[in-house]
Amino acid sequence: MSAQYEITETLDCKGLCCPMPVVKTKIAIKKLKVGDILEMIATDPGSIPDMEAWARQTGHELLVAEDLGNGEYRFLIKKTH
Amino acid sequence: MAEEKKRRLALIASRGTLDWAYPPFILGSGAASMDWEVAIFFTFYGLPLLKPKISAQVSPLGNPAMPMNMPFGPEWFQKINWPIPNLIMSNVPGFEAMATGLMKKTFKNKGVATVEELREMCLELGVRLIACQMTMDVFGFKKEDFIDGVEIGGAATFLEFAADADVNLFI
Repeated sequence: MSAQYEITETLDCKGLCCPMPVVKTKIAIKKLKVGDILEMIATDPGSIPDMEAWARQTGHELLVAEDLGNGEYRFLIKKTH
Repeated sequence: MAEEKKRRLALIASRGTLDWAYPPFILGSGAASMDWEVAIFFTFYGLPLLKPKISAQVSPLGNPAMPMNMPFGPEWFQKINWPIPNLIMSNVPGFEAMATGLMKKTFKNKGVATVEELREMCLELGVRLIACQMTMDVFGFKKEDFIDGVEIGGAATFLEFAADADVNLFI
């Protein structure tokens, strides 16, 4: 589904509850370069609306937010600034 | 977005029990993750949350909606809300320590970060932690009693920050 994106780094947030997936994403994004793509995997069911809100607030681009159907959620975030 | 004025969150943390210790650090770290400026003003019973080891407990007494669940056993068992009379909760020595232990175990089982971990994230993301000078004096706290990175201030310090905040909460 997202094979066209080149992932720079993957962040494992499985098993973490709110607000840690968002917090860890922010810390990981800080260390990347503009244009890099971060893949984040979470199991927190609130992570889709939270990551959407996070992207709106920070301005980074949420390329993919998908429910993998196995209790995991996958996100691709492009660092824009 | 980055060029615009940053959004700002101002929190007052005035409660020291475990259930009240979480919200300021959850909201603080969450907002800072979204590039907001955040300051948390710790006053009264919120001050001990700045000590290196947070020993916050939870009390079922005077907390009538707090469920008493067991953090082990099958799911149906964990869902039972044990009806424990106030007479026992208030008179059995160590009852609060036990209730705190059960709640911490439940949090751990569910993958909730500890209060210390969330506080560490706040500091890493630049959240300002401000200890109220007046209540420090009242309760006998010194700056050395707190973790590194804590500022000391009074009402004017908080209000100056809060005046331009988009969200202000008293917790």
